Amino acid sequence: METKNFYNEMLTEHNMHPEYKHALEDSDIVLDGVNPSCGDEIKLCLKVSGDVITDGAFVGDGCAVSQASTDIMLGMIIGKKKDDALAMADKFMRMIRGKATGEEIESLEEASALRDVAHMPARAKCALLGWRTLSEALGADPNAKI
Amino acid sequence: MQYDYRSDFPIFGNNPLVYIDNAATAQKPEAVIDAVADFYERHNANPLRGLYSLSVDATEELESARAAVCGFIGASSPDEIVFTRNTTESINLVAYSYGLSNLHAGDEVVVSITEHHSNLLPWQFVCKKTGATLKFIECEPDGSIDLDKVEKLIYDRTALVAVAQVSNVLGRENPVGQIAKLAHRVGAVMVVDGAQSTPHMHVDVGSIDADFFAFSGHKMYGPMGIGVLYAKRRLLDLMPPFLFGGEMIDSVKRDSAVFSEPPHKFEAGTVNVAGAVGLHAAIDYVSSVGFETIGKRELEVSSYAMTGMLGMKHVHVVGSHDPAEHNGIITFTVDDVHPHDVSEILAADNVAVRAGHHCAQPLHEYLGLRSTVRASFAFYNTIADADKFLESLSTVRERMGYGN
Repeated sequence: METKNFYNEMLTEHNMHPEYKHALEDSDIVLDGVNPSCGDEIKLCLKVSGDVITDGAFVGDGCAVSQASTDIMLGMIIGKKKDDALAMADKFMRMIRGKATGEEIESLEEASALRDVAHMPARAKCALLGWRTLSEALGADPNAKI
Repeated sequence: MQYDYRSDFPIFGNNPLVYIDNAATAQKPEAVIDAVADFYERHNANPLRGLYSLSVDATEELESARAAVCGFIGASSPDEIVFTRNTTESINLVAYSYGLSNLHAGDEVVVSITEHHSNLLPWQFVCKKTGATLKFIECEPDGSIDLDKVEKLIYDRTALVAVAQVSNVLGRENPVGQIAKLAHRVGAVMVVDGAQSTPHMHVDVGSIDADFFAFSGHKMYGPMGIGVLYAKRRLLDLMPPFLFGGEMIDSVKRDSAVFSEPPHKFEAGTVNVAGAVGLHAAIDYVSSVGFETIGKRELEVSSYAMTGMLGMKHVHVVGSHDPAEHNGIITFTVDDVHPHDVSEILAADNVAVRAGHHCAQPLHEYLGLRSTVRASFAFYNTIADADKFLESLSTVRERMGYGN
């Protein structure tokens, strides 16, 4: 069944046992992300040193897609340069809009577990919440690509 | 073998869809679809103005629909029936026209905490504009309204009371007739949101003694884009127009106009005649099935569903656990699983439900819920539909990685 595949182990694991869903003391950047229409919300916390995201965490409430997507994202961007994280966000957003190449999707590693959202327009905003908030936190226009 | 009412609804065809999102919008019987098509194929013209026979036809269709609505809700005259787009527009009409010109600083507006946003936001707006104060009737944990509490809330400062006849989340019928009595005792007007009651029960605006009663065609098997505002004629006579423009005037000069008599004074622009014709067909269809049958079937299927749900330890029904108090609307939560994920999994099994706050955020906050899932049954739903729903629901936690 489609949904059986959609809620794959990667997604349900990150939803049930998120690695980065906790408070983060001494964050350099804290930004709220909200999907007003469905009530998903996160507070994204980042520590930044120079160009590099050295640590990150989130707290929030929402559907499995929004929460797991944010958790996966943090696992991918911690230790990365800001520009690399923004490039990843751009790729992720294009994947959700069905505009990314197979190669690009592969390169998104764990985040590619959400590739099926490209066929589920009602859930796109859930998958994008963390990434949109990240782009905004790093100073990019979060709506430019959506 | 019971008659399968699904066969009256072309959308079901051979479609395995279990449609239990009827509180959002109902499906349309063939009779309604045909009536709309027939209007456009044989009677389409702009009503009220043309002197040729087609326009006279269209006018007759419109006015005959108005008479049908009048009979359907027990109004005393078709002049008390204003066609709008939907319940939201009907209530906004009352807010802009009656509310802004009759409410003043110091007045109070009373609404219930269970209201849909469309019977809350227009009153927030009117209160902000006029300086009136908005007060809330808070419901009991099972969703019922304690009339003693209402009585304390409604006093000589109360100018308007707005309550839904049936809550779109809890499904419970509110005692709108008794609340109207309390409102009238202090000279306030009573606005009743009938969006969720008209599909399920015989409504009589006279016995409720509602001053205003609003409902949508699309929730009671009619087309989208046609709604009704009933108002007592004496109020319509005093109210200024809501929208200005064509088809609502007797005469216009450079700097003034004489408006038509109600209801046309409130129907500026070309009315959705095809919608009204479709609504007329929906009223005829619903009448031919009969509210006794509708109520019986809805109770049978929703009782079956609720019994199954109450037997699942991780599923929690919001409001009363007596299906007779739900009008087919069962709102619930599943432990650990977000409502959007519940509805996504049900959707994959071809079961259509709604998830979210159902345009009733203050109620969710009051009940301590962030969001919920809502299954809403109509008379065409079957025990087999309820079984598919229950079967899918029973797998939700497992499919999200939780134990049963």
